[in-house]
Amino acid sequence: MPVDVRLPTVLRQYAGGQATVKANGATLREVFEDLVLQFPQLHGQVVTEDGALHKFVNVYVNDDDVRYLDKLDTKVTGSETISILPAVAGG
Amino acid sequence: MARYESILDLVGDTPLVDVSVLSPNPRVKILAKLEGQNPGGSVKDRIALQMVLDAEKDGTLSPGQVILESSSGNTGIGLAMVSKLRGYPLKIVLPENVSVERRQLLEAWGAEIIPSPGSEGSNGAMRNAQKLAAEHPEYWYPYQYSNPSNPRAHYEATGPEIWRDCPEVTHFVAGLGTAGTLIGVGKFLKERNPRVQVWAIEPPLGEMVDGLKNFDEGFVPPVFTENDGYELLDRKRIVGTKESIEGTRRLMDAGVFAGISSGAILTGALKCAAEIDEGVIVFVVCDGGWKYLSTGAWTDDIDQVTERAKKIIYF
Repeated sequence: MPVDVRLPTVLRQYAGGQATVKANGATLREVFEDLVLQFPQLHGQVVTEDGALHKFVNVYVNDDDVRYLDKLDTKVTGSETISILPAVAGG
Repeated sequence: MARYESILDLVGDTPLVDVSVLSPNPRVKILAKLEGQNPGGSVKDRIALQMVLDAEKDGTLSPGQVILESSSGNTGIGLAMVSKLRGYPLKIVLPENVSVERRQLLEAWGAEIIPSPGSEGSNGAMRNAQKLAAEHPEYWYPYQYSNPSNPRAHYEATGPEIWRDCPEVTHFVAGLGTAGTLIGVGKFLKERNPRVQVWAIEPPLGEMVDGLKNFDEGFVPPVFTENDGYELLDRKRIVGTKESIEGTRRLMDAGVFAGISSGAILTGALKCAAEIDEGVIVFVVCDGGWKYLSTGAWTDDIDQVTERAKKIIYF
């Protein structure tokens, strides 16, 4: 079952202007691989060349930051919403 | 009652109050650390005072020197109070989309506000402050996102206060802005009891700040990365604006009149309470509700308030 992936403003230009797209995969890594197949311009944006999350990108499964779950190996079943957000300061 | 020499002596040593009446789980206690009780009205009084005192001590800040900082509000207000009392002119680079009360308070304390585009959020304000600081080496630029006095204030005071008042704490929940509170308190508590879990709560700031051109304009505070933040945190959860307003309203049921970020943190604490079997959660109430009255957070239609709050930076 595909999951919903919410894209931040900076990435929408690479996905035909869409704010939410659907992608398949049993893990986050697979979901992002599927996204790049659908939207080749997303290559390297969220997952860098060395296979890690971009340091200024936060990815959430529902409301949980995946860096504190299993990172890109975090499992998804299809019922979750995945959100990608730029890391921003507060204070 | 006690008598004090200076208002600055009132910074810190804030009360911890039991708000377990809000807990969804009878085996989980929830306690609120009321940082709005600080004289400048927020948790940021602690780091403002610590940064200034440390810089005075090591000579990087001289009498009468101009202080320049970027802030979405509370650090600026804390610095404005400290600067007024210790005789420093203060310039605050402030995103244009903060609540009107934050701006009014800065002006009341006599700070000069340098506006920064709202669409760039705190990242933009910080970049503008860095540029100004480079152009004006005669200014003192505390740079709260990297200043070791920031986490130190919490490691040396906030953490020990929590441990003194609640050694049975099992979970600490706080907001993630500069990461100073989480790093300082989290490190202290884990040194005392490695089983303490540290949860960070953040607003969907990256959703609200839409002026970023690419991810390379993102930012993770050096206070976080240089203090092993990724290892220290056990969990980081995002709390949306509507849930934050709901949390702000829930806090009133326990008699706590707090700002919107505290509502977000309460919501995180309640999720934590619902997930764990038993425990004692301490969470941070960053400031009082005064600065958010103009948003109608407590009384207006929740969807209208949510739309209004999405347009301002409340963290």
